[in-house]
Amino acid sequence: MHNKTLAELSLGLQAKTFSSVELTQCFLDRINQHQQLNAYITVTTELAMAQAKAADQRIANGTADLLTGIPIAQKDIFCTQGVVTTCGSKMLANFSAPYNATVVDKFYLAGAVMLGKLNMDEFAMGSSNETSYFGAVRNPWNINSVPGGSSGGSAAAVSARLAASATGTDTGGSIRQPAALCGITGLKPTYGRVSRYGMIAYASSLDQGGPMTRSAEDAAIMLQAMAGFDEKDSTSVDVPVPDYRANLNKSLAGLKIGLPKEFFGEGLDENVAATLATAIDEYRRLGAEIIDISMPNLKLAIPAYYVIAPAECSANLSRFDGVRYGYRCDNPTDLTDLYTRSRGEAFGKEVKRRILMGTYALSTGYYDAYYLKAQKIRRLISEDFKAALASVDVIMGPVTPSTAFGIGEKMDDPIAMYLSDIYTIAINLAGVPAMSIPAGFVAGMPVGLQLIGDYFSEDRLLNIAHQYQQVTDWHNFIPTGFE
Amino acid sequence: MEWETVIGLEIHTQLSTRSKIFSGAATAYGAEPNTQACAVDLGLPGVLPVLNQEAVRMAVIFGMAIEANIAPYSVFARKNYFYPDLPKGYQISQMDHPIVGVGHLDIEVDGVIKRIGVTRAHLEEDAGKSLHEDFHGLTGIDLNRAGTPLLEIVSEPDMRNAKEAVAYMRKLHELVRYLGICDGNMQEGSFRCDANVSVRPKGQIEFGTRAEIKNINSFKFVEKAINHEVERQIALLENGGKVVQETRLYDSVKDETRSMRSKEEANDYRYFPDPDLLPVIIDEAFKAQMKAELPELPDAKKQRFKVDYQLDEESVAILTASRALADYFEAVNKKSGCEAKLCANWITGDLSAALNKAGLDIIASPINDERLSGLLARIGDGTISGKIAKQVFELLWQSAASADDIIAEQGLTQISDTGAIVAIIDKIIADNPNQVEQYRSGKDKMFAFFVGQVMKAMQGKANPAEVNKILKERL
Repeated sequence: MHNKTLAELSLGLQAKTFSSVELTQCFLDRINQHQQLNAYITVTTELAMAQAKAADQRIANGTADLLTGIPIAQKDIFCTQGVVTTCGSKMLANFSAPYNATVVDKFYLAGAVMLGKLNMDEFAMGSSNETSYFGAVRNPWNINSVPGGSSGGSAAAVSARLAASATGTDTGGSIRQPAALCGITGLKPTYGRVSRYGMIAYASSLDQGGPMTRSAEDAAIMLQAMAGFDEKDSTSVDVPVPDYRANLNKSLAGLKIGLPKEFFGEGLDENVAATLATAIDEYRRLGAEIIDISMPNLKLAIPAYYVIAPAECSANLSRFDGVRYGYRCDNPTDLTDLYTRSRGEAFGKEVKRRILMGTYALSTGYYDAYYLKAQKIRRLISEDFKAALASVDVIMGPVTPSTAFGIGEKMDDPIAMYLSDIYTIAINLAGVPAMSIPAGFVAGMPVGLQLIGDYFSEDRLLNIAHQYQQVTDWHNFIPTGFE
Repeated sequence: MEWETVIGLEIHTQLSTRSKIFSGAATAYGAEPNTQACAVDLGLPGVLPVLNQEAVRMAVIFGMAIEANIAPYSVFARKNYFYPDLPKGYQISQMDHPIVGVGHLDIEVDGVIKRIGVTRAHLEEDAGKSLHEDFHGLTGIDLNRAGTPLLEIVSEPDMRNAKEAVAYMRKLHELVRYLGICDGNMQEGSFRCDANVSVRPKGQIEFGTRAEIKNINSFKFVEKAINHEVERQIALLENGGKVVQETRLYDSVKDETRSMRSKEEANDYRYFPDPDLLPVIIDEAFKAQMKAELPELPDAKKQRFKVDYQLDEESVAILTASRALADYFEAVNKKSGCEAKLCANWITGDLSAALNKAGLDIIASPINDERLSGLLARIGDGTISGKIAKQVFELLWQSAASADDIIAEQGLTQISDTGAIVAIIDKIIADNPNQVEQYRSGKDKMFAFFVGQVMKAMQGKANPAEVNKILKERL
């Protein structure tokens, strides 16, 4: 059961081949068996079983939705009423939100079952899931490797079949990078496509929620449930949501694929490059035309990102002050002590580093040189994407410079860690949608291919990904021990 | 040395929207602590602000009223600082791109009209309140006020004494109430003022170093706080000292200002555009619509009242102090058909006195314009005298009946029947021979005695003009 795709599970449930209760129990058992991955922070057994029963009722009534009864899991960044939402931090270890994120509500409405809350880098700041207060997540393909981050729990859970699919969020690569490192499909939608309401903010102008799934078709099903304008999020965009599965089978004949030379230069592992070349060849066989392009400002993405994201996070995380909720230090002597010790004791090293960087970048005398300059670069990068996507249908490239690195390998070298997002960050700065799809293996570890499209072209990206998955089976490989 | 004072005011007006600027929670004053703060106001993780359109409308209409530039593009920014009653650790305000640009307001002091520049006005959210009493040495936080919309109106340093500052503040207070964008309640903090005060030797062009006096919530205190601060700065300078740039707090009990924090201790607010909110775009069509909705403004109304109704300065000032009172006057004038002066006298006299006594505003008056008009109409057509009208007014105040019903019920109709008046007068002349003698021998004052006697005998209902006429004939 656990190896079925969402579409297959939906058919099975409708045909009553198995019930949602049986299916949910199956996933709960697997979660229990594979605790060594540390993919979940909270497992909501009782809630899941209650939702499964309600789903079976709905299926019996004939009022079921496509996702009714399907067990999924939420990245622990989405607020869930009555269930602890930690955001991977000691600060919120005991925080239970009095409301649901819009995304969570949408899945509840569709009748999906929530298995639990998935591990993540603290406040989504990290590329390896090692900054989580709840411990590192392990990569199902090699438990000594990182699963990537920040949605590391989501990627590991989907890869290891501990959830039929999962949500993630992507600020600089946090869906695509772990999807690539764990061999699953991840989609970061256009900024504004999925509501951010109830999704704990890291960098508001870059954060975007999206699906992490086993296949492109599953991603289409998940995105269908997640996408849409939300009046509670002023930055969500009021454009119609297409039927994401309608064009999956469209032919790719004549598709123009752009390959930016900046994506294939120094720093890219040669085995990864060779794997990607094979994948591009596959697209050529599907009728695509390959065009070499250049995006000269891509190299500026990392420095711009590491000004803008920390600047926004420095303000976004100010609300965690020990006054109203979350962690409060013992016996504060006065207000300053309450602030400094509550924040000092509850935030991890990487979170503190980014708050400090952001505070510095916004300070009087530095604002113009850092924040404003970074915003200018951001505009240049957006222009690069617009120009490129005016001449090609999709841009392809690597997701990560190499396959999953070892746990602990880059923790003492933040710059090396930041560089692992070198191919993903520019996409968030531009706000365009992008996917990571499994494209092969190097020494037994998965490699992801990145597809980048124009604004609101998710349906096109899903079509391009799906067609590839019709002629390849990289997305069907299961890590050993998780069959 | 002769000194010149320079004053600029920053006025925080609380906009009278029903809900908060970025959430759906109510803005009503005086609720139990923390009962009017929703997830957004509490700054819970994951919540997002959504701009209240009504706050934008109010800001734009204010901009129109001061003939300011309305920004076609304005931006909300985060002002970062930590304080327990600031739930998010930043206040959403506007910095580089305020919604209202340069405008002006004309004030009048001692008969001289002076134009005061308005630098800008921007939208922002209010913080909550820290309560230091009743918590056994701890501090309580009430977040009901958090997220209440404010329009911060910043003047140019154009005022040269406390009187001008008060005149400006009063003028603005009147204006925002006219526009219906602020209830003006200063006790509840709906209209608060920070004053930037400096002094310089008369004739010097450069400004002196200023001190900012925070949170002054009455006209009286503004005048006192500024005068005190000016004296303090002059004394300091004349004794060879220097004014330091700082924030000071006015203590109304001790009537002094004292230092809160110096420039060095000031926060670096690290403003940057709020990524949760889109820029506010105001197009020409919206501006045209706001212009059409702009009510008659106080200055125009005063001028019209003077010319159209021929009223004296004092009556005009009272009647136009609020739009509601001016509307009331105009309704009574129209409905009663009485001359403006009579209407004005009743409204500024008996009605205002009764309202003051009861602590009521004109909009809560027990006698609405319809019922007062009914009373004045009966004075106008001679049915009752002014004296009887005062009795009827009392009864109008206490009941819901109309003036006509009261007059009929109490039999208060004025008697103009000459026969009845003649009979009474003849009887009084017969009963008071001594007084008649005195009058006839030249003591004119005795005439009032006879008028009084007639009125007394007729319970005040006799038509005074008729009484005078007949008395003169008979005596």
